Amino acid sequence: MAKVGIVIVSHSPKIAEGAADMVRQMVCDSVNLAYTGGDAEGGLGTGVASIRDAIDRAWSEAGVVILVDLGGAETNSEMAVEMLDAERHGHVVVCNAPIVEGAVMAATEASGGSTLETVRRTAEELSPQ
Amino acid sequence: MTPALLHRLIVAVSDDVIAHADELTALDQAVGDGDHGVNMKRGFEAVRADAAATAEKPLPEALKAIGTQLVMKVGGASGPLYGTLFLALSKEIALDGSNLPTAFAKAVEAVKARGKSQPGQKTMLDVLTPVRTVLAEGGADLRSRLPIVAASAAEATIPMLATRGRASFLGERSIGHMDPGARSTALMVASVCRVLED
Repeated sequence: MAKVGIVIVSHSPKIAEGAADMVRQMVCDSVNLAYTGGDAEGGLGTGVASIRDAIDRAWSEAGVVILVDLGGAETNSEMAVEMLDAERHGHVVVCNAPIVEGAVMAATEASGGSTLETVRRTAEELSPQ
Repeated sequence: MTPALLHRLIVAVSDDVIAHADELTALDQAVGDGDHGVNMKRGFEAVRADAAATAEKPLPEALKAIGTQLVMKVGGASGPLYGTLFLALSKEIALDGSNLPTAFAKAVEAVKARGKSQPGQKTMLDVLTPVRTVLAEGGADLRSRLPIVAASAAEATIPMLATRGRASFLGERSIGHMDPGARSTALMVASVCRVLED
């Protein structure tokens, strides 16, 4: 059965890679995982094009959750989601959760075969309501 | 809208944003992450590089091309926000641009939705909103009045407390600085009006 994929989007390539390392330590290769961070010149930042690529890499029939750090990462991720092909609409969601804890919790939930909504809710339980 | 006029508009807005990149960066260093100038410069260098080809397109298509460049090239939150402004305009604007006030009003609503923001939060919306209002009211001398409206609206963000964006992390310390997005919006309004006045 397909498992929900995870995308990590940070302004910092090092944070994105490091958070992905922590996810892999927890779930090995049992879920699709992609990360992206930094702008086109190697500085801090996020971009719609690289986020779309990351969604492609982590794509799963079960859907994809995106974990972000700060404002621009969220806005760019939402823009990237809206630009997806129609058949992927509604199958990719941006989580309101802390990036590291959210990614690890989401991946752990996803590795058990949970639905997109359950994976998202598990990550978002980490955020104060 | 002739291709020649559209070309002058694209070049003027791009050049003004690029020329003020250091100022925008300095404003953003005071209340944010200091990348607004360099991000906007990157985006508008891409827009300017395509100016000749973009100016040949019908107005809605040209606005769509500009919005897409900004979304893909600016990075940071301002890319999707300015991109959304131009993309929403491209969907609403008539071929001859005659419905600009209503199209602009809808584009401002789209920016609000994208940024999950309202006026009064020390953002670009604090310039977009009064510009939209004055544009909708119409009347004489719009091209000379709008830049003044935009500039004073940008000034009016100085005493505001930021409650959206990176500046909101500073809390009370965000007070006393002009919002960089408000400044870049006012710059672009002034560029457009200057070209249209000539």
